[in-house]
Amino acid sequence: MAQIFHPRTKVLSRASIMAGAIVLAACTVVAAALYRSSYFTGVNEARQQDVPFSHQHHVAGLGIDCRYCHTSVEKSSFAGIPPTTTCMTCHSQVWNTSPMLAPVRLSFQTNTPLTWARVHDLPDFVYFNHSIHIAKGIGCSTCHGQVDRMPLVWKVNTLYMNWCLDCHRHPEEQIRPKEEVFNMAYQPPADQAALGASLVRQYQVRTQQLTDCSICHR
Amino acid sequence: MHEEERLVNVHPPEPLIREGNTYGSVTRKISGAVLTRRTPRGWYIAIAAGFLLVMVLLAAVSYLFVRGVGIWGINIPVGWGFAIVNFVWWIGIGHAGTLISAILLLLHQHWRNAINRFAEAMTLFAVSCAGMFPILHLGRPWLFYWLFPFPDPMSIWPQFRSPLIWDVFAVSTYATISFLFWYVGLVPDLATMRDRAVHLWVKRFYGVIALGWRGSARHWHRYETAYLLLAGLATPLVVSVHSVVSFDFAVGIIPGWHSTIFPPYFVAGAIYSGFAMVLTLVIPVRAMYGLQDFITARHMDYMARVMLATGLIVAYGYVMEAFFSWYSGSPYERYMMVNRSFGPYAPVYWMLILCNIVLPQLLWIRKVRLNMPALFVLAIIVNVGMWLERFVIVITSLHRDFLPSSWGMYYPTIWDWATFTGSIGLFIALMFLFVRLLPMISMFELRQLLPWPSGNGNGQKGGGA
Repeated sequence: MAQIFHPRTKVLSRASIMAGAIVLAACTVVAAALYRSSYFTGVNEARQQDVPFSHQHHVAGLGIDCRYCHTSVEKSSFAGIPPTTTCMTCHSQVWNTSPMLAPVRLSFQTNTPLTWARVHDLPDFVYFNHSIHIAKGIGCSTCHGQVDRMPLVWKVNTLYMNWCLDCHRHPEEQIRPKEEVFNMAYQPPADQAALGASLVRQYQVRTQQLTDCSICHR
Repeated sequence: MHEEERLVNVHPPEPLIREGNTYGSVTRKISGAVLTRRTPRGWYIAIAAGFLLVMVLLAAVSYLFVRGVGIWGINIPVGWGFAIVNFVWWIGIGHAGTLISAILLLLHQHWRNAINRFAEAMTLFAVSCAGMFPILHLGRPWLFYWLFPFPDPMSIWPQFRSPLIWDVFAVSTYATISFLFWYVGLVPDLATMRDRAVHLWVKRFYGVIALGWRGSARHWHRYETAYLLLAGLATPLVVSVHSVVSFDFAVGIIPGWHSTIFPPYFVAGAIYSGFAMVLTLVIPVRAMYGLQDFITARHMDYMARVMLATGLIVAYGYVMEAFFSWYSGSPYERYMMVNRSFGPYAPVYWMLILCNIVLPQLLWIRKVRLNMPALFVLAIIVNVGMWLERFVIVITSLHRDFLPSSWGMYYPTIWDWATFTGSIGLFIALMFLFVRLLPMISMFELRQLLPWPSGNGNGQKGGGA
């Protein structure tokens, strides 16, 4: 009876079984790595904006406080994107003919808001509140990084759930004195472990509840 | 039906293979059903019906993906509708395969050799249909893999204290072991198919999936070891899978679910419905392909007896459910039973009692067990009854719980029915594709049942597999 397979088939079939396992494992590793890469998360990638607003210039250079523009950050879930009138408090006087600011003037004249490309966008099924974090001593830079060094804003954190939970499980590692919340250059002191624990008590952070599903998914 | 009539009056059991068959004829007839025989007309009718229903399933599932589970009749209080009913029903059906292939193998019940391949294939396809439903029931089915513990960027694990997670492991283990068991058992027969096929590409097809089987002593030795090991692995699954499925209910505190009788009662029900499904499929296929030589009246008789026995265990379960709801003294448990028997879903309950307890008592009569049309109808009745049982458990328990203010009704929609009938279509289509493409009876295991040819028994392996 004639052979139906070439002798090479033996090697091929064995190799293909091995290869199947390897390819499957490789796909899993690649998928997991991709999901964590900046390609997916956008971490460390500056977002282009219609108006190239520089936090570096306004915060570090001019010394404007976060709350001058993000007015509702202490009172509301939403930190607030400033209306064009906030820009115009200065830019009606300075750089008022700069072509870079043409969209701002147009927005002011036509009474239509500026459009910004959102950098920090949590999924809609997450309830996030800025004011409670500010009130309990979580600094801006803890989540947003040193925005005063960013010409265009980028994310420094993935905003993935494990990142949220790292802090919600161990708030004492990140908490800082309330007066330091808006300090962009704040560095945790050497005794953060002791300080953090005492601040958690002092600010009455209820750690028992922090990892309840309904804290973020309401 | 002259053979069956003869059997009624004869006491020593008929041989498991009709006399006159040899090693050659067994192999020729079974492999010929795939390779050389003209495909019977009944096959075309069955596959056409199956294919049509698969299209219905496809439409129903596509619409589900677009619109979400709101297209079904589920809502609070009845959040588990057809999807869970169907899941439990299909998973239960699968149990006959594992029982036949593993437990009957370990117990040396040689009559299993004629039906194990078929029952295992049925298991595999039933598990596929079952596995589909909980995933479709998820609001976001594409995220089903969240049920598995994997290094996800959420840094939370699945809730290991929940029976729903045990279910994931129970069902996926079951599917894996069933597939391996079925496939390992197929390998020697696939080699036979390879050797008997005429066309080169058909030879190559069977050749590839036969994994280079040459039937050497070493091959057989390894095969026997692997098969026995798999049988050992599969045996606890017969009991464990449906026990875990029953925990989905029993761990809940809803009256009608929170009951310790559930695991054994579910397992018995599973084997009951599984054997009913084997009979539902074997009777037409046996007639279509003329397999009365191998699947004899004695096989049918045995399967009907298993059905009767497990049916009685299920009946005991119903009685105990009613007894304990009274004995508990809990007004909620008592009301659950009253509501079941006389509430808005009472007709379903009494239909279930009729289908699962009353009518199958006909199986005590030997003539009924050996009458193929009667047995076929009874098997279908049991299938329906077992589906109704799951409907009663899921729906009537949920729709009226502790607080009358939160009571409600459940009405399936057209999409519920479309998904359900579609899954039946998928099952039929897969089953008949299997019958067409693979040897539906294990040839080499059947050959073991033949008496050795006089004078020369050395060529074949003997003894228990």
